[in-house]
Amino acid sequence: MAIFEAHGVTKRFGGLVAVNQVEFALDEGMIASIIGPNGAGKTTLFNVFTGVYRPEEGSVRFDGHELIGLRADQITTLGMCRTFQNIRLFGNMTVLENILVGMHSRLKLSAVDALLRTRRFAQVERAALERAQEILRLIGLQGKGDELSKNLAYGDQRRLEIGRALASEPKLLLLDEPTAGMSPTEARTLMRFLRKLRTDLSLTILLIEHNMRVVMGVSERVTVLDYGLKIAEGTPEHVQRDARVIEAYLGTRKVASG
Amino acid sequence: MRNSSAAIPTIRAVLRRPPVAMVLASVYILGTGALVAGTPRSLPFFLLFIGSLLLLYYLQLPAWFKAVGMGVTLALLMPFFGTRNGFYMEVATQVGIFVALALGLNIVVGLAGLLDLGYVAFYAVGAYTWAIFGSGQLLKSWPQLSGIFPLGGGSPTGTAWFFVFLLVAVAVAAITGLLLGLPVLRLRGDYLAIVTLGFGEMIRVLANNLDHPLNFTNGPIGITPIARPPIGPIQWALGALGIEATPAQIYPVYFYFIVLLVVGIVITVTNRFKNSHIGRAWEAIREDEPAAIAMGVPLVRMKLLAFAAGASFAGAMGVLFSAKQFFINPESFTFLESIGVLTMIILGGMGSIPGAILGATGVTILNLQILKQFSLTLNDWKNAGVTILGYNLANLPPQLEPAKYERMVFGVILVLMMIFRPQGIIPSRRRKMEFEEAALEKEEFAAEVVDTVEPKAE
Repeated sequence: MAIFEAHGVTKRFGGLVAVNQVEFALDEGMIASIIGPNGAGKTTLFNVFTGVYRPEEGSVRFDGHELIGLRADQITTLGMCRTFQNIRLFGNMTVLENILVGMHSRLKLSAVDALLRTRRFAQVERAALERAQEILRLIGLQGKGDELSKNLAYGDQRRLEIGRALASEPKLLLLDEPTAGMSPTEARTLMRFLRKLRTDLSLTILLIEHNMRVVMGVSERVTVLDYGLKIAEGTPEHVQRDARVIEAYLGTRKVASG
Repeated sequence: MRNSSAAIPTIRAVLRRPPVAMVLASVYILGTGALVAGTPRSLPFFLLFIGSLLLLYYLQLPAWFKAVGMGVTLALLMPFFGTRNGFYMEVATQVGIFVALALGLNIVVGLAGLLDLGYVAFYAVGAYTWAIFGSGQLLKSWPQLSGIFPLGGGSPTGTAWFFVFLLVAVAVAAITGLLLGLPVLRLRGDYLAIVTLGFGEMIRVLANNLDHPLNFTNGPIGITPIARPPIGPIQWALGALGIEATPAQIYPVYFYFIVLLVVGIVITVTNRFKNSHIGRAWEAIREDEPAAIAMGVPLVRMKLLAFAAGASFAGAMGVLFSAKQFFINPESFTFLESIGVLTMIILGGMGSIPGAILGATGVTILNLQILKQFSLTLNDWKNAGVTILGYNLANLPPQLEPAKYERMVFGVILVLMMIFRPQGIIPSRRRKMEFEEAALEKEEFAAEVVDTVEPKAE
């Protein structure tokens, strides 16, 4: 069953068509990837999905809701959360607070609750703290809750970003180049972690990757973008053999041989 | 070396023992209190006395003792000294007003990271809200309303409407905050600063010119007399205790207590907002707006809440200010005033509640007392013809009048602070960590360099 569907999505920046008539769908519980060379429109597509950009054409549906026209925070509340290609943690807040901000949309509290310190406020905050500690354990940052997030090691920051997104209790997790800057070993560890997350939290995961090799082992379906167009889609094996994909990554035969 | 390093921790450890610290704090408060009571005109003694609040904040004491200590200092000793030297009451009331303003601006600038250079506009809105209705001002354009205004009939013993308008002004200022917030939602940093600066000026210019065609604000001449809070119950209570007091004696202390109460509420509200999902959302917006939205923080609602909360404190203080001063005109709400409040939170420590309180107290006392005293002393020397380094001060040209040094000294203090303690006097936990960690990293780096350069001895 498709949990996420995009039809005919087109996003233009002036004369440049960054994403062109893209059709895309995700089944519940799958790990899928969007790959493509630099500038193929992967991140733009991501930004359209998550409400940062509004596309000129097309529709995006998630879990029965039309997303076009919704704000990014509303989309997060519906159960989609993302990470960023260049890490965007709240650097001067502690690790724990980063996670707690991620929970914002799930805390059923009003300003009045905070002002009057109602019993509900105490309960919700306590539950949130416990849940945040759980997430810290899950991402292997237990004991580091009080550190400023900007002082974490690079790999820890990447994991914290995932943890922060998980705190919003998403059904669909979108990861924008999560292995950027990682060694092949670290990348493999991360992919194993993602597979575990998928089963433990019954998530659907969508990855964006620049590096084709990273996602081949983990993805059930790979979509290839080039110049804003979807040029191939299918199992990793299928996509790897696709002539247009090879061309997009390696150039035309003439260039490659010459 | 060894002795001192061994002795210092023991002294510290002794000081940390609650009973010792409690005795110490009590002795200090009562001792400095006695000094102030003995010589009510002495500025140094007064400052030492104010310092007892800092002592209570820093010493490791049980919470109940801190509460009692601050209660005694602020609610008993301070008003008592105020009856001996009325100026202290004026200083303490002004300090309270600025503490509330600084805390309000601290929400907007320190927590949500929205640089607001027109904050005094909300203060003006509050002040004019009460001034217009609490005086005969409206009769100038609508004489037929003479049965209604001024509210309370201009009674010399004040009117309970004052308290109603304290709440009304909170609402009006909060709505003004929303009105400012809406158009600037998409702005950040410098652009936001410029727009808010313009907004602050707009409100002042509006107050200056809204005397025609219909006279609302009486323009540059200002509004007076403005009604005061009701004194009846106080007089009755004092009478029951057998104390005779004139309104002129009661009002300064009365205002002090109202300000104290409002500041208490403001501190509670700020604290509760800060330590909740709302405070976290504000700080997330300050740190990285797009990431905050992506994490589900409703940007518009949170920014507007910050503007409204900050503005409402200023609105309440505006009402108090106009009633206390009896008279207001647009001159009290200039751009410099906004900058003054901003200075307080920068000096105190951005985003930190104790910092904003200390910053406001420090700057207000500095302006009202220390720098005044400084220029008065210089002036005395000048008049007495004191000679410094062979130069007779009596020969000073009028351009170098001592009174003109006040601002300069203040500026020098600001610059020194920014050089030696850029994080503020009491930085927020986070900012403190930032600065300390930066220093630590430097040290670690230096150590690494030393390690690599010098071969390790076996």
